[in-house]
Amino acid sequence: MSTILDIQNLTKTYDSGDRHLTVLHEVNFALQAGDTCSIVGPSGSGKTTLLGLCAGLDRASSGSVILNGVKLDNMSEDERAQVRNMYVGFVFQNFQLIPTLTALENVMVPLELRGERNVQRQAQELLARVGLAERGDHYPTQLSGGEQQRVSIARAFSNRPTILFADEPTGNLDEETGTRVEQLLFDLNKEAGTTLVLVTHDLELAEKTNRIIRIKGGHIVSDEVTALIKNQEL
Amino acid sequence: MSDNYIHLPEKPKLNLRWLLLMAWRDSRRNRGKLALFISSIVLGIAALVAINSFSDNLSIDIERQAKSLIGADLVMAGNKPPEGEIATLIDSIGGERSDEVRFVSMVYFQASQGTRLVQVRALEGGFPYYGAIETEPAEASRSFRKGGRRALVDQTLLLQFNTKPGDSIRVGTMTFEIAGALHKIPGQSAVTATIAPAVYIPREYLEQTGLLQKGSRISYYYYFKLPANTDADKLVKKLEPRLDEEGINFDTVKSRQESTGRAYSDLASFLALVGFVALLLGCVGVASAVHVYIREKLATIGVLRCIGVSGKQAFLIYLFQVLVMGFIGATIGALLGSLIQLYLPQLFKAFLPVEVTVAVSWGAIAEGIGIGVLVSVLFALLPLLSIRNVSPIITLRSSVEHLTNQKDPLRLAVYSLILVFVLLFAYFQLGNWLRALGFTGGVVVGFIVLALIARGMMWLVKRFFPVNWGYVWRQSLANLYRPNNQTLLLTVSVGLGAALIATLVLMQRLLVSEVAISGSEHQPNLVLFDIQNAQKEGVVELTKAEGLPVQQLVPVVTMRLEEINGLTAADVRKDTTLGIPDWAFTREYRVTYRDTLIDSESEVEGKWTGTVNPDTEVIPISLEDRYAERLKAKLGDTLVFNVQGALMKTRVAHLREIDWNRVQSNFLVLFPKGVLEEAPQFHILMTRTQSDQQSAQFQRTLVQQFPNVSAIDLDLILQTLDEILSKISFVIRFMALFSITTGLLVLIGSVNISKFQRIQESVLLRTLGASRKQILTITAFEYLLLGALASGTGVILAVFASWALAVFSFEVNFVPELWPLLPVFLGITFLTVVIGIVNSRGILSRPPLEVLRREV
Repeated sequence: MSTILDIQNLTKTYDSGDRHLTVLHEVNFALQAGDTCSIVGPSGSGKTTLLGLCAGLDRASSGSVILNGVKLDNMSEDERAQVRNMYVGFVFQNFQLIPTLTALENVMVPLELRGERNVQRQAQELLARVGLAERGDHYPTQLSGGEQQRVSIARAFSNRPTILFADEPTGNLDEETGTRVEQLLFDLNKEAGTTLVLVTHDLELAEKTNRIIRIKGGHIVSDEVTALIKNQEL
Repeated sequence: MSDNYIHLPEKPKLNLRWLLLMAWRDSRRNRGKLALFISSIVLGIAALVAINSFSDNLSIDIERQAKSLIGADLVMAGNKPPEGEIATLIDSIGGERSDEVRFVSMVYFQASQGTRLVQVRALEGGFPYYGAIETEPAEASRSFRKGGRRALVDQTLLLQFNTKPGDSIRVGTMTFEIAGALHKIPGQSAVTATIAPAVYIPREYLEQTGLLQKGSRISYYYYFKLPANTDADKLVKKLEPRLDEEGINFDTVKSRQESTGRAYSDLASFLALVGFVALLLGCVGVASAVHVYIREKLATIGVLRCIGVSGKQAFLIYLFQVLVMGFIGATIGALLGSLIQLYLPQLFKAFLPVEVTVAVSWGAIAEGIGIGVLVSVLFALLPLLSIRNVSPIITLRSSVEHLTNQKDPLRLAVYSLILVFVLLFAYFQLGNWLRALGFTGGVVVGFIVLALIARGMMWLVKRFFPVNWGYVWRQSLANLYRPNNQTLLLTVSVGLGAALIATLVLMQRLLVSEVAISGSEHQPNLVLFDIQNAQKEGVVELTKAEGLPVQQLVPVVTMRLEEINGLTAADVRKDTTLGIPDWAFTREYRVTYRDTLIDSESEVEGKWTGTVNPDTEVIPISLEDRYAERLKAKLGDTLVFNVQGALMKTRVAHLREIDWNRVQSNFLVLFPKGVLEEAPQFHILMTRTQSDQQSAQFQRTLVQQFPNVSAIDLDLILQTLDEILSKISFVIRFMALFSITTGLLVLIGSVNISKFQRIQESVLLRTLGASRKQILTITAFEYLLLGALASGTGVILAVFASWALAVFSFEVNFVPELWPLLPVFLGITFLTVVIGIVNSRGILSRPPLEVLRREV
C-alpha cells in the first residue's frame, strides 16, 4: 500500500509582534491509500491548523508535508493550488459553496479547471449520486444546510481526489441530516477508494474511521486504530 | 519547482473561455453592486465625449464655413491711411476690393437721447464676399450702402437704447437713419459684439462726420475677393516683407481657419480637462467600489483557491468583470455624451464665430470608450491585485488576515501607470509637456492634500475623542475612523468637486472686483479722449460746468519707433537672435510728456529730470520697466522715434514701474517737457461722476458739443466684463457640474456599498434599544461632519488654487471675496447630508429582523 500523506516534524508558529505562538509541535504521522483517519481534540488544540497544512492550504514553519509523493514545503501558492486540484477534495463545516454559482456549476468548477470534457454530464451524475439531480440549477441560498453539504460532497469528489479532507462536515447540521451526510461521505469515499482525513469534535463520527489521532496543545497525544479496525482484524 | 519527490505535470494553460465563463457566472448575483461602479465613470466619459464630439464637429464646421469666417479671400489691416506706398501695394493686388475704416467713437441715439462708445465701421464695396452680414430687415445689409445716410446698428445697442430701425443715430456731426439691426458679422462671435458693438455707415460719409482727426486711432481694412486662379496664401507670402515694412497685418481664409481652430481647440482642451477631472473623481469611486466588492468576494476567492484556481486565474476572473463593467459604463457615458453634445452649440453660442452642426462623432465615442475602459481598469487594478495574494486558508479560518502583507511591486507599477496615463492625456489635450506636468502635479497635489486632511481629521478625532459627549455624538464621531469608514473616499471625491466649483466662483469674483476696486472711491470713472488741442479749454469748461472735477488732463502724442540702438525693423527681422519683438516697430505709441512721476508710477532705475533742451542734448526718456525688458533696452540705449514725420533721437534715462490697476492714464514711454509741446496731439481728461444719470447727461452734452470726443464709462466696462465672465463661467460651471455630480454619485455609491456594515450596526443598535431618531441623528451627524470636512477642504484648496491662478496666470492682486464661498460650502454639505440620510432610509424604516433577512 502506498503512502498518500506523510507528515514529518511539522511545526506551525504564528508571530504576533514580539510574541511567538506555536500551535503545532513537531507532528509526525503518515496515511496510506484508502485509510480513513480522524483528527480529534479540544478547541484550540491545533487540529484545524494541522488539516490546513496537510491539505496545502497553509505553509508550515518547519517540517514537511508530502502529499501523494509531492513535497509541498517549498512550493509556491499556485503550485500548491495545482496539487489540490489534482489530488485533493475538501468538505467544510460551513459548506463553502460559491454563492454566485448554481449547485451544478459548483460541482463543475474543479472539473472545468482540469480541462476535462463532458463536465456537465459528470457533475450531473455526481449530483444525482448525492440525491440532488433536480436541484442543479438552484443557488446555494435556495438550498437547505443538508443539501448544501451534499453539493459540497459532490464537488469534493468531482475531481476524483486521492485524498479528501473534511473539516467538521456535520458540525452545522441537525442530527438526522448529519447522519445522512456522514453516510453519504463514507459511502462515496469507499466507492472511490479515497483516503479520508476528518477533523471533528464528534467522537462517535471519529469512531467510524479506522484511525484516530488525538491532538492537544499542538502535540499528538495518541494515534490509535479504532474499534472498527480491531473488529475487522478480529 | 524545487526538491519534489514527484514532479507536477506541466501547468495547465490559462483557459480563457472558462475564465470568461466564471467571470460571467460570478457577476450574475452582483450586478446591482457593479452598477454603482459603472455610474462612477459614466459622467466623466459623458463630459469627455460631449466636448470632443463638439470639438470634432466644430473643426469640420470651421473648415466648411472657413470663407465666411473672414468674408473674403484676403483681409489686410493697417493703422496708416492708404497713401503713397501702401496705396500702390493695395492697388497692385487686383480682384474685387472693399475698404473699411474702423475707429471707436461716441454715437448719439436720438430717440432715447443716449450716448455710447461704439466701434464705427465705414464700409465701401461688396463685403462680405462669402457669408453675410445678417440684419433685420435682411435687405438692410445691402441697402444701407446704396446711397443715403443710413446705418446698421448692433441689435444689443438698439435694445439698450430702446431704438428701432427707422430712428436716427448721430455719428460725429452727421445723422444717419438706422436701416437695420445688426445680428451677425462674418467671423464675429456674440462676445466680440458685446465688447465692441458695431455701427456700420457708408464709407462715403466718413469725412463728413468730422471724426477723422489727427492722432485718432484709426484702422484701415481692405477685403479682397481674388480672381479664381490666385492663391491668397502664395500671394501674401510674396508680399509679406513689404506688408511687414508698412505695418500691415493680413489674414487669409487658411490662416483665419487655423487661428480660429486653435483658439477653440484651446477652450475645448481646457473643458476636456475639467471633464477629465470628473472622470478621475469617478475612478476614485471605481477603486473604492472594487475594493469593497473584492472584500465581499474574499470567501469565494478562498474557495476557488482551495479547489485549485491559481492567483492569476482568480485575478483574471475579476479583472474581466471590471473590464466588462468599465466597457458598459464607458459606453453609457459615450451615449450620454453624444446626447449632451446636442446642447453644447447652444451653450457655446456666444463664443462661436460659426454655426455648429450636430453630428455623431464616432472618433470621440471610440476615444471615450477606450479611455473609460483603460482608466477604470487602471484604478480597479489597485484593489484587484490583492486577489492574487488571497490565502485559501480563509476557508477554514475566516478570522485570519486574508491577504498576505508582502509588498507588491505591481502596485507601484499601477500607480506609475496611472500617473503616466494622466500625464499623457493632459499632454494630448494641452500640447505642452510643462503644462501637462502642471496639470498632473495639480491633480496629484489635490488628491494628496485631500487625503492627508482626511487622515489628519481621523487622527485628530481619535486622538482627542470627546469622551464626555453624549452617546449619539460619540458614535457619529467614531464612525469617521472606524474600519471601512468613508472619510477618505468622501473627502477626496466631494472635496475635489467642491474645490472646482469654489475656484470658479472665486476667480470670477476676483477678476470683476479687480476692475471694480480700481474704480472705487475717488478714482476717475469716466475717461474722455481724442480731445483736440483746440477743444481742450472747451471740454474742461464743460466738465466743470456740469459740476464734475477735472482729475487729470494729459496730452498724448502718437509716434512710431524707428530704431533701437541703430537697429531698424528690417535689421531686427533679419537677425532673430536679437530677440526684439516685431510689434515694437509696428505698433503706434501714445506718449505723454511731463516733468514728474504720478501716483501710479515708481522709480526702478535712473533719475527722471523731466525737462530738456532738445537743441543741446539727446532727449532723455523714461520707459516702463517690463516694456524695456521686452525691448531688450537698458539705461543709456538710443531709441529713435518718428513723431508724425519728424525723427527724434532719444536716450533711455529712466525706468519706471507702473501700477496698471489704477485708473490713470499710463504710458509705456514718457517724454520730458520741452520737446513735444508743439507736436500734433490730443488730450485725455479724467473725471468722476456721481451717478449713472449724471454720467449720461454729461456724455450727451459732450457728444453734442464735441462729437469727436469719446468717453469710456468705467461702469459700462465693469458691466460688460461681468457679462462676459458670467458667460464663460457658466460654461465652466456646466463642466464642473459633471465633477460635482460624479462626486455625489461616488457618495451615493459609497453609502450603498457600506450599507451592509451599517445595517449590521444599526440593527444591533436597534436591538439594543436605540430609537429610530437616535440612529437618524447618528447618520445625519456623521454625514454632516463628512460633508463639512470635504467641502471645507475643497473650499480651502480653492483659495490656494485661486491664489496661484491670480498671481501666476492672471497677474492680479489676490484679494479674494470669501463670502460667496459660504453657499458653496453649505450647499455641498447639505447635499451630502441629504444623500447620506436618503440612502440610509431603508435601514431606519424597517424592523431589524426584516432588514437582516433581506440584506444579509
